[in-house]
Parts: sequence; structure tokens; C-alpha cells
Amino acid sequence: MTKTILTVDDSRTMRDMLHLALTEAGFRVVQAVDGLDGLEALDAAQADVIITDINMPRLDGFGFIEGVRKNDRHRATPILVLTTESDTSKKQRARDAGATGWIVKPFNPEKLIDAIRRVAA
Amino acid sequence: MDPLAAIKVTFFQECEEQLAELEGGLLAMEGGDHDPEIVNAVFRAVHSIKGGAGAFSLEDLVRFSHVFETALDLIRSGDIQADQETLKLLLRSADVLADHVRAARDGGSVDEGRSSAMAEALEALASGMGGGGEADTGDGFADFVFNPVTIDMSDAAAPAPDLSIEDLLARVTGEAASTSDVPAETAGDDVTWHIRFYPQVGLYQKANESGLLLRELARLGKVEVRLDASGLPTLQNMNPEDAYLGWSVALSGPTLEEASIREVFEWVEGDCYLDIVREGAAPAAAVAAGTAPAASIDAVGEVDVMALIRAAQAAEVPAAAMTPPTAAPRPAEAPAKVEPTKTREAALDAKAQAAAREASPQTIRVDLERVDRLIDLVGELVINQAMLTQRVAECGLQRASSVAMGLDDLEQLTREIQDSVMAIRAQPVKSVFQRFPRLVREIAAMTGKEVRLIMDGEGTEVDKTVIERLSDPLTHMIRNAIDHGLETPDEREAAGKPREGVVRLAALHRSGRIVIEISDDGRGINRPRVKQIAVDKGLISPETNLSDDEIDNLIFMAGFSTAATVSDISGRGVGMDVVRRSIQSLGGRINISSRPGQGSTFTLSLPLTLAVLDGMVVTVAGQTLVAPLTAIIESLQPKAADVRSLGPNAQVIAIRDTHVPLIDIGRSLGYRTVTPPPTEGVALLVEGEGGSRAALMVDAIQGQRQVVIKSLEANYRPVPGIAAATILGDGRVALILDIDAVMVPKPHEGLGAASAPAAGGFDPAVVPTSLAKVG
Repeated sequence: MTKTILTVDDSRTMRDMLHLALTEAGFRVVQAVDGLDGLEALDAAQADVIITDINMPRLDGFGFIEGVRKNDRHRATPILVLTTESDTSKKQRARDAGATGWIVKPFNPEKLIDAIRRVAA
Repeated sequence: MDPLAAIKVTFFQECEEQLAELEGGLLAMEGGDHDPEIVNAVFRAVHSIKGGAGAFSLEDLVRFSHVFETALDLIRSGDIQADQETLKLLLRSADVLADHVRAARDGGSVDEGRSSAMAEALEALASGMGGGGEADTGDGFADFVFNPVTIDMSDAAAPAPDLSIEDLLARVTGEAASTSDVPAETAGDDVTWHIRFYPQVGLYQKANESGLLLRELARLGKVEVRLDASGLPTLQNMNPEDAYLGWSVALSGPTLEEASIREVFEWVEGDCYLDIVREGAAPAAAVAAGTAPAASIDAVGEVDVMALIRAAQAAEVPAAAMTPPTAAPRPAEAPAKVEPTKTREAALDAKAQAAAREASPQTIRVDLERVDRLIDLVGELVINQAMLTQRVAECGLQRASSVAMGLDDLEQLTREIQDSVMAIRAQPVKSVFQRFPRLVREIAAMTGKEVRLIMDGEGTEVDKTVIERLSDPLTHMIRNAIDHGLETPDEREAAGKPREGVVRLAALHRSGRIVIEISDDGRGINRPRVKQIAVDKGLISPETNLSDDEIDNLIFMAGFSTAATVSDISGRGVGMDVVRRSIQSLGGRINISSRPGQGSTFTLSLPLTLAVLDGMVVTVAGQTLVAPLTAIIESLQPKAADVRSLGPNAQVIAIRDTHVPLIDIGRSLGYRTVTPPPTEGVALLVEGEGGSRAALMVDAIQGQRQVVIKSLEANYRPVPGIAAATILGDGRVALILDIDAVMVPKPHEGLGAASAPAAGGFDPAVVPTSLAKVG
């Protein structure tokens, strides 16, 4: 069955790149532009995996992850965080918020698909 | 375009937006705005640029944005104070970042010296607070408490039941034990690792799955997995969301490194007990590989293993039995149920706050071509609707007839559609204004002047084409304002003014036009000098008597340039005459007012759109012409007593207490050689740019109409005295007058003589087919 990925990123470039890589790999993609938008998209998206950026306006990635984990219907959805290699503290904060794993930017399609495989049954 | 190239285009578009956001934010901070969201937005802008640049391997851009981002992050965290000095550095860095973006986009190069100097300054800023540029990185794991679960494995009386899932399954279902409990074969130079893995509840709370981790391990080599269910409490005592199971894995494969095993567990570090031992390396820690004693099986059998296993089978993942998707884990130590309504309220609250902070309307991006196509079509619709109205009128239908009333509605709708479509093309002038803070900084640095730029009305909207074509003239005028208008700080001080000069750029809507003012508080126009130059250059005769306003307006004359030597800044081979021409080509006017010692103000007035025009349709010598309504002050019937002749070809008319030139349009355009008596026609009192007035003689007024502008230059060729063309309701082409051009007294008589050699002047009947096709 086609898996659905919810991508949450305020950068159009990143959203487009994720969309391209994910659709080419056969995933269905739902996009959100920031944390709040992402929380609103949860029910409609019914995502199997969520990929989120950290630095976003209105509601950042940490807040978004906490929001998902507080949501009874979606708290068991794996969440992958887009982060940069050096940023250990952000990884840790994301984990504390409830992130499942992370994808280090700049990512390539392989890295992306690999990360999804690691969290999706 | 391949998809990646398209994304790259998006990236550079987005960069421009981010750069604008960055500069805007930094300027707000410089202005004393301490809203943390501004700092966040500034950080995000650079962060986003870096992220995209990384994706496209734009290394120079990544490198510079990284240094920049690091400094901004420290400001965001409050480790660095954003004082004025720092903000100046950041603003200059933003300029360099913009250079990097453009270099990456256009394949150019940046000023390496400037870039590296700025990078060093940023690094110095970041390291100035002690921790160094990477202060916030690397310390992440310091406060990351590794909290191993204490499982008593040494208790010989109750050995851990080590059995494979298959084994367990087989026993429960009564089948023969699978072959998987045969120890993993170690062929050749295979390495075997023994991994003990005991998830804690946090692992499941973060939506990690033990089964998937085991599956990842299986990708590394041959695995033998044994389940340790000894931690399972009785059913009554079991919290379905807690973690009770553990696994022992024997993993073997060629050249298997510990690092690759650790990598599998990278995301669950701290959320499980993990023990990785190479076979034969540390016997004490190695997991006993012996088969589980029967007693353990019985112990496991105390709980309803059947149900667990079935659940596990159904989910294909053992861990899922503990954390079925419908009842995901919840911290055992914090069993308070989260109220969904509260969460929602919190989200709504946050949303309301965010909305208050930043009311960002929803937008879509549309290819400009599509919008222009739509505008073209609406233009055709307007013409068609006008034609239809005229045809219906010719049929002699009653005003109250349903057809006529329907047409009225259609007209109303057409106009609304037209307005709405025009609004699509409208953009805030911000997109051109936002370039100027940098420009001002650079010119200030080059001239050694202190300048503050104040911008007003950036949200004022005007057609995109107008905006695009405003950039050059405005740039030139701002250069002028600083270079020529403002004094040096010392001069200002001597004149009792603040050292810092002010340049103000303001936009506003006024009676259907956009007005842009560029003012400075500098020295003002040096009138004696301006007049002298005009005389020296032969632009005026020494005897000419000019008002202050007229002298000020001399600077717009072609060939006039006050700078003794062409300076780097203002003098780029363009003078104010070029500025005026480009404003005029937009259907605009430019005016200057100046007060010696107090500064000058340039006022531009432009149409909001270049696509339609409110016009007065007039008849001249049997031709239908359109005069732009904005230029017309009034129309009047000349009385013979008011008209005076000043020569064979020059007449003036007295309008109230002044005299203005009376110009026969028919003769100006070469339609006729003999001017009919003014009393038989109508005079349009018009005002040109610069405020000069004239009365244009036409034969009759047909009425006011909104007309769709069709460029003559694009479809035919420029015609002096004519600004553009349009198509009227009857399908005929009418020419739109260039008021300023027909007002200017020319040494030769009749513009038509120069422009259209054919006798009788320019004949609308011979317009090119591309113009006439609509009719």
C-alpha cells in the first residue's frame, strides 16, 4: 500500500525537494508550511511518517512534534526531523519533544528513503 | 526543465524573499524593535538559504551563510547583544550574503576580500562571547543522561529465557522448533556480535519500534534473535503501554563493525539498554546462547502469550504487541490523560497569537504569462462589451428593455473583472523599495556621509510593470539625493543641522495614481548655479526670466549635469533628463520643489496600471483621439474675446486671470494646416508634468471612456505626440494623445510633418493589422 508522508517545512525549496524525492520513491506526499499548518494537516493527511523542519515561523519543529505526540490519534506516528550534522543540541531537543529520528541535511534521496524505511513498518 | 532545475529556480526566488526578510528584520532591530520573533525570522532566513544551498552544493554560499547563521544563533540565544555596531556588521553581512546568492545564481563571483573580511568579523563576533563559533554545538550530549535500565541478569536461579521468536511461536502453536535456534553459522572471516537490547518506554513514545530496529540489524548480516519475555508481569499488573520485552541478537557477517550496529540504534540511544559485544572479546558480558530452560517457558506461559504472539503476528512486529497503534504508549510515570480539547485550545491559542503577530495572507504563485494573458483577454472583453453596447444602442432598443438592462449589468461586471484582474498584477512598492537600504549604506560609505533612510508606504500597490520600471529612476534619484543633495557631516554641523542627513522615500495613492516622493534635508538646489549652467550650456538665453520653480526644473533638461566632474555615484552617464523620460514613458510626471538650505523633494506621479486609461474621447479634424483624463483640468468653450494672437502661429487664451497657450491639436499632429476659429471648438485645459498648462483645441468632445491601452511602439513605431493607441467600441482605432509632447512648443510647426511624411499626417486607417484586428 502506498505510504503517505507528511512534510512540514517553511522553505519552498525544501518542500519541493522532499516532494520530488518522495514521489519518485512512490510515496504519497502531503505538505505543510509550518508547525501549525502541520498540526492542522494531521487528520487529513493520515501520514505513515512525518518529516519536519525545525526552524519555522508560527510554530517550530519542537512545538509541532510535541503537538503530534499529544494528539491521541497521531502520537504513534514516526517523526523524522530535518537537521544539520553539527547540531547535536537540536537533535536532542527534538528527541526530547518526541522525534523518532532525524535526517541530516543536505539529504539525498537515498538517505531520505533509508530513514523512512527505518521507522516505517 | 528537469525537476531539480525547477527547484533550483524556486530556491533562488526564495533566497530573494529570505534576503528581503533578513534585511527588513535587521533594519527593524536597528530601529530598536526587540521582538524575539524578528530575531527568529532573521535567523531562519539565513538558515533556509544555507539549507537550500547545501542541497545544491553551493559551497561558497553554504560557507558564508554558516558563519552568518552561527552569529545570528548566538544573538537569538541572547549570548550576543545586538547593539548598533553589531547590527551594522550584520547588515553589511546581509549585503555580502546577497552577493553570494546572486553569484551562485548568475555564475558570477563575489568580492572575495569583502566576503572573507565579513566572515572573519562574524567569526570574531561569535567567538567574542567565549564559547566560540560552534558554542552551542557539541554540548548536546553533555546533558543527555544515559539511563540504563537495571535488569538483574546474574540471577542464576531465574535465568533469562532466551528463545527466538520462531522458537517461541513454534512452542506456543505446537509446531516443531524452527531451525533458527541453531546458532548462527560463522563462515570464513565472519565476525559475530552479541547484542542485548532492552527498550524503555521512551523508545515507544517516540514511535520507534523494536521490530524495525531488529529488521535493520538483519540487513547487516545473519541474525538470530531471541526474545526475553521474563520481564512480563502478570496480565493484571501489565501496563500495555510500558516496555517489558528485551532481545538478544547474535549478528554475524563479514567485516562487521560495531559502528554500523550502533548506527542502527542511533535514534534510540538513551531510550534503551544496549549492550554490544564482539564474540570472544568479553565473555562476561556475552549473552548465554544456550536454549531456554523449560521452566522459563512455563513462566512465560503464565501470561497469555498466545494473545501476545497473535498480535505480534498480525503486526509483523513483536514490539507492536506492546504498543498497538490504536493505543500508543504513554509515560507510565505521567499517566494523566491529555485532554484533547485542551491541546486543541492550546493550538488555537498559539495560532491566534501567531496570527496577531503576522497576518500572512494565503498566496499562490502564478506564472506571470498567465496573468498577462488574462489581462489581455479582459482587455478584449472590455472592448467587446463596449462594441456590443454600441450595436445595441444602434438598434434603438429602449433603455428599460431587458437587453439594455442586461448589458448594463454586463458592463458593471466587466469593470469589476477588469479591476480584479488588474489587482492581481498589483504589487506593493516594497519589492523595489527594499533594495534601497543597501544602496544608501553603500553610497553613504563611498561619500563619507551619514545618511538615514526613512521609507513610508511600502505597502502601496501598483502594477508590476510600473514597479519594475521604477527601479532605475528611483535608484538614480536616491544616488543624487545623497551625492548632490546631502552635505558632508561637517558641513551639516556647521549649518546647525544634525550630522546625519535624512533621505525619505514615500509612496501613497492619490486620485487614482501612485505618488512617490524622494526628499532629502540637504542643501537644496543652488539656483544661481543651476541657471548659470543652463546659460553656459546654451539651454537658455541669459536674459530668460525664470521663476524659482522653473529654474529648479532646468535640471530635467537634456544635457544638463551639475556635477563638475562626473562622479562615481551619480554620474553614470544618465542625468535627470533620462529619469524624467523613463517616468514619462510610464505615463508619469516628475516634479521638484526645493528650499535652499533645507532640502529638495522630487515628486513622481504615476498611473497605477499601464493597461487601461480613463480618457476623454474627442474629435479633431475628423479623427477620433483620446486625451488622458488625468491631465485634463477642465474643458471650456472659448470666447472670441479671450483669445489673443501672438503671431501667425501662436495664440493664447485668457482663462480667469492667466493666459495659457492655445494649441490646435489638429495642426500639431498634422491633420490640418489651417486652424478653425477657436470659438467653433472646445478647449481642454491641460496640465503637463512640471505644472505648465495649455489649452488644447479640439473640434468636439464625444465623452469619457475607459480605454485599453495598446502600445504603438510594440505594434507599430513611436509617433511623436501620440502616447499609445486604443480600440473603441465601434471597433475603430483611436490614438491616445501624449499631452506633454503636444504641449511643448516646437521650433518647427506641426509634429505630423516630422513624424508622418504622408500628406494629411498620421492616418489611423493605416494602422498595422495587429492593432486593427480586434475591430
